[in-house]
Amino acid sequence: MSDIALAVSGLGRAFGEMWAVRGLDLEVQRGEIFGLVGPDGAGKTTTMRMLTGILAASEGQATVAGFSIHDDAEAIKARISYMSQRFGLYGDLTVEENLRFYADLYEVPRRDREPLEEKLLGFSNLTPFRKRQARNLSGGMKQKLGLACALIHKPEILFLDEPTNGVDPVSRRDFWRILYAMLKKGVTIFVSTAYLDEAERCSRVGLMHRGRLIRCDTPQKLKEGLPGQLLELETGQPRDAREALAAQLGSSRVSLFGGMLHLYTEDAAEAEQIRAILQQAGIAVLAEKIITPTLEDVFIHWVTRDDAEAAA
Amino acid sequence: MWERIYRMLVKEFIQVLRDPRMKALIFVMPVIQLIMFGYAVTTDVDHIKTAVCDLDKSPQSRALIERFTASGYFTVVDSTDRPERLGELLDRGQATIGIQINHGFAEDLKSGRQAAIQTIVDGTDSNTGTVAMDYAQRITQEFSRARVGPGELDQLAPPQTEPIELRSRAWFNPDLKSRYFNVPGVIAVVVLLISLLLTAMAIVREREIGTMEQLMVTPIRSFELILGKTLPFVLISFIDVLVVTAIGISWFNVPIHGSLALLLFGAGLYLMSTIGIGLFISTISQTQQQALMSSFFFYLPAVLLSGFMFPISNMPEPAQWLTYLNPLRYFLVIIRDIFLKGSGWDILWPQFAALAVLGTALLTMSSLRFKKRMA
Ligand SMILES: Nc1ncnc2c1ncn2[C@@H]1O[C@H](COP(=O)(O)OP(=O)(O)OP(=O)(O)O)[C@@H](O)[C@H]1O
Ligand SMILES: [Mg+2]
Repeated sequence: MSDIALAVSGLGRAFGEMWAVRGLDLEVQRGEIFGLVGPDGAGKTTTMRMLTGILAASEGQATVAGFSIHDDAEAIKARISYMSQRFGLYGDLTVEENLRFYADLYEVPRRDREPLEEKLLGFSNLTPFRKRQARNLSGGMKQKLGLACALIHKPEILFLDEPTNGVDPVSRRDFWRILYAMLKKGVTIFVSTAYLDEAERCSRVGLMHRGRLIRCDTPQKLKEGLPGQLLELETGQPRDAREALAAQLGSSRVSLFGGMLHLYTEDAAEAEQIRAILQQAGIAVLAEKIITPTLEDVFIHWVTRDDAEAAA
Repeated sequence: MWERIYRMLVKEFIQVLRDPRMKALIFVMPVIQLIMFGYAVTTDVDHIKTAVCDLDKSPQSRALIERFTASGYFTVVDSTDRPERLGELLDRGQATIGIQINHGFAEDLKSGRQAAIQTIVDGTDSNTGTVAMDYAQRITQEFSRARVGPGELDQLAPPQTEPIELRSRAWFNPDLKSRYFNVPGVIAVVVLLISLLLTAMAIVREREIGTMEQLMVTPIRSFELILGKTLPFVLISFIDVLVVTAIGISWFNVPIHGSLALLLFGAGLYLMSTIGIGLFISTISQTQQQALMSSFFFYLPAVLLSGFMFPISNMPEPAQWLTYLNPLRYFLVIIRDIFLKGSGWDILWPQFAALAVLGTALLTMSSLRFKKRMA
């Protein structure tokens, strides 16, 4: 067993004229938790479907758990689990019936089944709802059931497509607790998410935009790699200040975080320019400091820049 | 392998039994269709309300009326001396047919002239009207045959009829027990609809609600998936064959002269074709709506070009050629012959062979098209 869970090179998929994913190069180590973030339509789901062997790639290569997605898709399927973005279980089957159904499809040995079932139900706090039809579960419980079904056969790699979308914070915490437990057991996790606080928890994050992976690194390095600095300004009139700055620099550069202004500056000259703008507007700067950017800042920066390049 | 197929089967049955609409489709629809064809479309008529106006009052005229009532098809509800009264009774719906025997009926018979009787039929219900006329005609013919003996048949003219608002029909089934012919046909048609629709819809439904994506990523093999999604409907279709046959025999008294085992064997071959077509439809449809449309796009011509309602020999030649590709055509012959004539393997083997060839071809083609991948 090699240390590489996923090796992707030049992977692409076109729908008609449109490339949903193109030129994807990526390597994920075993035991890693890799996060894929990107705006709607970036190509995250398409990538997952190609890697799980249910959507044919138009170009490029990928091996998953050591098997080619072109020639050995079925071998891949025996070693992975995938939770699709849309709830993919049977609403008219109960929690228990869904679990059993997947246990049978993965040919989980009979004697392992019951303890495993109990453990997964307990893990996800679904034991009291085992006789309930899946469609009557709350959004968060549905997702936890999806995860339980995905874990019934001890996969080597777990693919999760926006698993916590629309899930309340408590259930989200439950969910991540289970993911970390899996990680400890050596399972590789490939997860797409719309929540950047979740991306922070990943060992590495890939930023996808318009079908391409535009950045890929650890959260720490991504933040450090942001050119220029993030300036936090405290002013008496934050709203007016934001308007004045947005008018001059463009609205994507300025954001408000609880009364504080976050400004992205490329160099010292630009920081000077900002002070000048505020002075002209008659707004006094009470405090100023350089802060470490969040992943959200990184995300917004690269996506706007990619858009600007595409428009040019 | 069997574990997976079995689990798919169990899952499918749980889902069907939990869905009231599916249950209705599977268990109620066939019975309703059978009753529709068994009763409503039946061309059998008896106890026709009859009004008589006998102006001749001769032994001969009374003998003729006696023939009408003795047949069981006519029940005299009124006798009158006024011919206008017949019209009134029909207008009010108190009688369906009026029989008028004019003065001189016995004289005419005796002297060898054409003797005429007049019947007026309420044609509002054109089916009953036509059948009543037909019966009346037969009875008078038999009466004349009995009185004058063979060779002098035309002595008694067929009854003159004056149908009121009698609309003519394109087809007419003079068979006194049309039910015997219809019920086996209904079984064939119901099984076609059920198996076709359920197979096509069940697969496309999973695609539409997103469970198919989840299924495709499991190590289930294509053929296991296909078997798991079709075997439940083969079983359900067999149950429907048995239910509808049982009702046909017990309720409609349709006799079954041949072997039930042979019939079930034929149904099995027939289901290979219908399920094959359902599977094919599922490979070309993305939504349940598309699947429904495609199913009917196949179903209607298949029923029309099968001999279910219109004899194949009456069809234009190109249509006749098309019927050879229609599995329903062969199964109709099998089921009707087994029911009505008690035919066996020695006579029906060409139909069995045709179904086996069609079914194998359709199933193979659809299975090859069926991919464990997204479009
Ligand atoms: N089956 C398909 N046919 C045609 N176009 C498709 C198909 N699937 C995806 N696309 C297109 O490919 C692009 C990428 O879609 P994808 O679903 O991979 O994005 P995503 O990053 O998962 O977005 P979201 O966050 O909304 O789930 C989109 O523009 C989408 O419209
Ligand atoms: Mg998506």
